[in-house]
Amino acid sequence: MSIRRFAFAALAGALFTTQALAADTLLNVSYDPTRELYQEFNSAFAQHWKAQGKGDVTIQQSHGGSGKQARSVIDGLRADVVTLALAGDIDELHRLGKLIPADWQSRLPDASTPYTSTIVFLVRKGNPKGLKDWGDLVKPGVEVITPNPKTSGGARWNFLAAWAWAKKQYGSDEKAQEYVTQLYKQVPVLDTGARGSTITFVNNRIGDVLLAWENEAFLALKEEGGDALEIVVPSLSILAEPPVAVVDRNVERKGTRELATAYLNHLYSEEGQRIAAKNFYRPRNAKVAAEFAEQFPQLELVTIDGAFNGWKEAQPKFFSDGGVFDQIYQAH
Amino acid sequence: MLRRTSPVIPGFGLTLGYTLCYLSFLVLIPLAALFVKTAELTWEQFVAITTSARVLAALKLSFATAFGAALLNGVIGTLLAWVLVRYRFPGRKLIDALIDLPFALPTAVAGIALTALYAPNGLIGQFASAVGLKIAYSPLGITLALTFVTLPFVVRTLQPVLADIPREVEEAASCLGAKPLQVFRHVLVPALLPAWLTGFALAFARGVGEYGSVIFIAGNMPGKTEILPLLIMVKLDQYDYAGATAIGVLMLVVAFILLLLINLLQRYIRTR
Repeated sequence: MSIRRFAFAALAGALFTTQALAADTLLNVSYDPTRELYQEFNSAFAQHWKAQGKGDVTIQQSHGGSGKQARSVIDGLRADVVTLALAGDIDELHRLGKLIPADWQSRLPDASTPYTSTIVFLVRKGNPKGLKDWGDLVKPGVEVITPNPKTSGGARWNFLAAWAWAKKQYGSDEKAQEYVTQLYKQVPVLDTGARGSTITFVNNRIGDVLLAWENEAFLALKEEGGDALEIVVPSLSILAEPPVAVVDRNVERKGTRELATAYLNHLYSEEGQRIAAKNFYRPRNAKVAAEFAEQFPQLELVTIDGAFNGWKEAQPKFFSDGGVFDQIYQAH
Repeated sequence: MLRRTSPVIPGFGLTLGYTLCYLSFLVLIPLAALFVKTAELTWEQFVAITTSARVLAALKLSFATAFGAALLNGVIGTLLAWVLVRYRFPGRKLIDALIDLPFALPTAVAGIALTALYAPNGLIGQFASAVGLKIAYSPLGITLALTFVTLPFVVRTLQPVLADIPREVEEAASCLGAKPLQVFRHVLVPALLPAWLTGFALAFARGVGEYGSVIFIAGNMPGKTEILPLLIMVKLDQYDYAGATAIGVLMLVVAFILLLLINLLQRYIRTR
């Protein structure tokens, strides 16, 4: 039965074809708004790597929602490095995937966060509703656009920034919960990701204020030309820390540890920091920060570790099933 | 049962083997994995997840909007199929080709385009909101998106059947004294109903599982405009794989029962 044998061979061939991966390619799995940042950084790093006499390197980028990206890596996507929206998502690479050690965040400077951002307000030109600070967002008739914190890393920073302000303003967890409950009652659309919310606010012209990553707000302003939108900086916000990590299991399998480590270290170099700042991320390096001081407004920033005892405590308290966020919608 | 009368494609063993292999890899193994993953939960946990107020609200919304969309397509799709089969007019081929477009278009594109049109500030939405009707960010918007995405099903299943009914049959019925409504009721409906039900069931099943287009237009408010597939994504984003598969199993079972009922209805109509 030659047909049968042929058919079997074809089937086996289809199943067991594997592709060889060259050692000088690197896959960076990142979240949504970093697309422009890493496009610029990758070509800079490739030049830097070649200048050191290490040969050519091809860097592939993958972007998507932070949680979804972490899940892809846990499920087997061979990422050499991950650069995600929050430490909680990289923690899962350890907890669920055993891909990295538990102490991953202490392996690089600044808790593995080479650049930071914060949460600001994007409003219509002229700020017609006069929104100056978090307290103005719950005035009657103000519509607030923010994604769902259960599906969006950025939205979790939004939520925590609002909470941190209310806690400081009113002094207690109960009052803070009352404030965020009122705030989310004024949210007409809960998109699943930060880019979805930006489309709702900018393109579909829904709502009076968009809670956004500072870098997204600057980018929206830059693309849109500044004719219809402006940024409002609240009195207090959160220091959003999107961390980076080498995925140990994958780099060992592929033999790319040296390359992957150099790639992340280069983010801390002056060149890397400057590229981050040019793409509206706040640099850690003091010298580069001084160069871009005019670009980033000064405001009081709380940290996830300082105000919320880290993601390990914040995630279950606020965003797990039955947590504070779910209670907002059960109250209806 | 299996009479082997001169098959066109050689080898019963080979073809059946391929079919089973194909079905296993594409359908059975993934579905089995769904149940295996869900089995990590105890029965109490499973019941607690699948009967929580939010899941039930989403279940109702998902199935109601998919049913509404399938029904709407059942009516409009029948009209479309009728026009395309029974009349010859310039541009007919073009419209015929347009019918399949909702399948080719990425659903996210459809969702974003529909939202831009039907949002309160959109081109069409502004008139609707002027009379107090909210289309985008309401169940109505979800139904609209599903109607768009599932448009081809009823049209494409009805077209060949309708083309097979000769006009003479209707003429004969008229000659025998049937009034137009009677011709429709007693000649056309019985011939078309099984195919119509197939198209309806396909549109319904597709609509229940649709995600890409809906999330843009739904507004995604928990308990109000949150569809079941989104709840699955929410669970996944919390790394709650078992919880996500539990909702998946719930959807699968409900959809299976409904499709089975439609099939039984079809058989009842055929054997009547």
